[in-house]
Amino acid sequence: MITLSEITHSIHVKLSGAITNETLLSITEMAIVGIILLGSLVMLSFFLGYMERKVAAFMQIRLGPNRVGPKGSLQIVADTVKLLFKEGLTPNASDKFLFNTAPYIMVITTMLVIAPIAYSNGFQIWDTSIGVLYVSSVSSVSVIGILMAGWSSNNKYSLLGAMRCGAQIVSYELSIGLSLIAIVVLTGSLRMSDIVMSQADGWWIFKGHIPVLIAFVIFIIASTAEINRAPFDLAEAESELTAGFHTEYSGMKFAMFLLAEYINLFIVCAMGATLFLGGWMPLHFGADNAFNHAMDYIPGFVWFFGKTFFLIFVIMWFRWTFPRLRIDQLLNLEWKYLLPISMINILLVTIIAIFGWHF
Amino acid sequence: MITEDGDFVINIGPQHPSTHGVLHLKVWLDGETVKKVEPHLGYIHRSIEKMCESLSYRQYIFSTSRMDYLSAHINNQACALAVEMGLGVEVPDRAKVIRTILAELTRLASHALWWGCMGLDLGAVTPFFYAFREREFINDIMEETCGARLTQNFIVPGGLMADIHPNFVSKTKELIKMFRANIDEYNQLLTGNVIFQQRTKNVGFLSKEAAISYGTSGPVARASGVSCDVRKHYPYDAYDRVQFKEILGTAGDSWERYVIRIDEMRESLSIIEQLIDNIPEGDIVAKTKQVIKLPKGEFYSRVETARGELGVLLVSDGGSTPYRVKFRSPNFSNLSALGHIAKGSKIGDLVAMMATLDLVIPDVDR
Repeated sequence: MITLSEITHSIHVKLSGAITNETLLSITEMAIVGIILLGSLVMLSFFLGYMERKVAAFMQIRLGPNRVGPKGSLQIVADTVKLLFKEGLTPNASDKFLFNTAPYIMVITTMLVIAPIAYSNGFQIWDTSIGVLYVSSVSSVSVIGILMAGWSSNNKYSLLGAMRCGAQIVSYELSIGLSLIAIVVLTGSLRMSDIVMSQADGWWIFKGHIPVLIAFVIFIIASTAEINRAPFDLAEAESELTAGFHTEYSGMKFAMFLLAEYINLFIVCAMGATLFLGGWMPLHFGADNAFNHAMDYIPGFVWFFGKTFFLIFVIMWFRWTFPRLRIDQLLNLEWKYLLPISMINILLVTIIAIFGWHF
Repeated sequence: MITEDGDFVINIGPQHPSTHGVLHLKVWLDGETVKKVEPHLGYIHRSIEKMCESLSYRQYIFSTSRMDYLSAHINNQACALAVEMGLGVEVPDRAKVIRTILAELTRLASHALWWGCMGLDLGAVTPFFYAFREREFINDIMEETCGARLTQNFIVPGGLMADIHPNFVSKTKELIKMFRANIDEYNQLLTGNVIFQQRTKNVGFLSKEAAISYGTSGPVARASGVSCDVRKHYPYDAYDRVQFKEILGTAGDSWERYVIRIDEMRESLSIIEQLIDNIPEGDIVAKTKQVIKLPKGEFYSRVETARGELGVLLVSDGGSTPYRVKFRSPNFSNLSALGHIAKGSKIGDLVAMMATLDLVIPDVDR
């Protein structure tokens, strides 16, 4: 069976035959990866946009898009074309430089974060030794983009939305970090590939007893808040602040916020899948047995995307069933409940890791 | 705009997703906390009262459909009652019962829409679609019988414009069955939700005294413990021949107002259930003159719309058109309480409170 890593390896061998200069070779390879990444991210956000509409329609006893293309699958393309043709208005009284930079900061941040995610065995853009740390630190840059957008718009709704968002992301980052640390403590490594390999005899959610389960739940709650999706969509809060921090944006600049939102959604779900549900690792129980071998026949990327999209579905499910929290309840939830629980949880996980009580 | 006191002033509306129409709220904020709310009215003022002065007593009924467009039938009913009072005609039993059934159907449709919008204002989009399922069914029943889905215009002085459609009874029975089951679904989806309960409990407190002094009525006043159901206290049409409870609350917060409307839906269903099998045979309209002329004097009728007490004052100088018409609309009084209950709350709660007041802005401005 040909694996994805073999394909990338053969491309690398062919390229190094054609290009002898080592610097030029790596630049070429980076360019190829970059172009593929950009294209696939846009496709991904198209698909997530379509999926969101279909999931929403499923929850709301209606059909969803069903006119453009087979089963409405080209609707999102039509919408994107519409956004492309719309005027990207810049309000007169806005801070024009910040206003126009903010969407790019959002998109660039999300594209940076996607680098260390492992899609399949050996199929990864950048297997850095600080993978988890890198993701959690770079992703927090996006709050700057939101604050810039809200402040520079010179709109009171935008400003309120941005301030809410700042408070929200800064607080929920703590919980996300602590729940990620739970797995790092158990694995002893920040490297994504190590974390996946450590789950070869069972995913952490099964191996790690209740503390890991708690960490997983906290991770899901906090990451929903981190990417500003309902029930934590206070930064947007349609019924309160019309559209929150991106009230003044239109056309492609608005589409960039949307793109960033969907890629962020993918990233947090991919992180959740990698750390808690084994990433591309098939469902294994114990060491060498027939069940494990049978599971190995399903390719790694199927497992990875299966788990990721399951988590994405769960987060979409939240969005279409829950009402929104109020800002003080949101901060209470984090500082009074999630943060203390995660702190105690870290202690439990550490005890489990030290005594090797996990399976 | 930052005022001299350092307050942050925002204008919610007249174009805003949660004001449900063209209401304009000027809100003084301290961070997220609301310091003062000032409703600005008049964006949809059509001077219906003045228009009515040049319409005949048959015509003026229909101009009121677009006041509270979610209670169009009940508005018409109030106007017809005032004319009937002036004429002193006795409405046939059949017309009375059908009017009452249609009024309760209107109340159900209105409450269903309110429930959907309540979820929408709190950030849950899905309830809206579930609410529309029932509302569409009711609108279909209305369309078959009255010819219109929203502004029924089915009432004439002395009775009804036409008889009911042959499907009316069976479809209404189907609706009762479906709606009963779906109220449980409403509770599953929204009422039982922890976030929803936290958002509504202990916010937007309206005391009994304040409810009376602001002149609130309907579910808003009943949530504060004011017994004010016109159907109970001053029965009109067929309300004196049905058994129903007046739902009263005590807490007066947003949650209580929510629960009361949910319970009212059940009561409305039971009222329809009692009447639907007992529609008497007979005429649908009492005989009146072609051109109605009311005797000189003042005539006042009141009904319970989905939002509260609607009063109609007719002043007649003996001619064929009213000398003066005045509507006491429930939404205007209910809106006046908003500034009182919203003080000191967060913006998110202000929107939730507005949802529990269930405002229809064309009824405020008229």
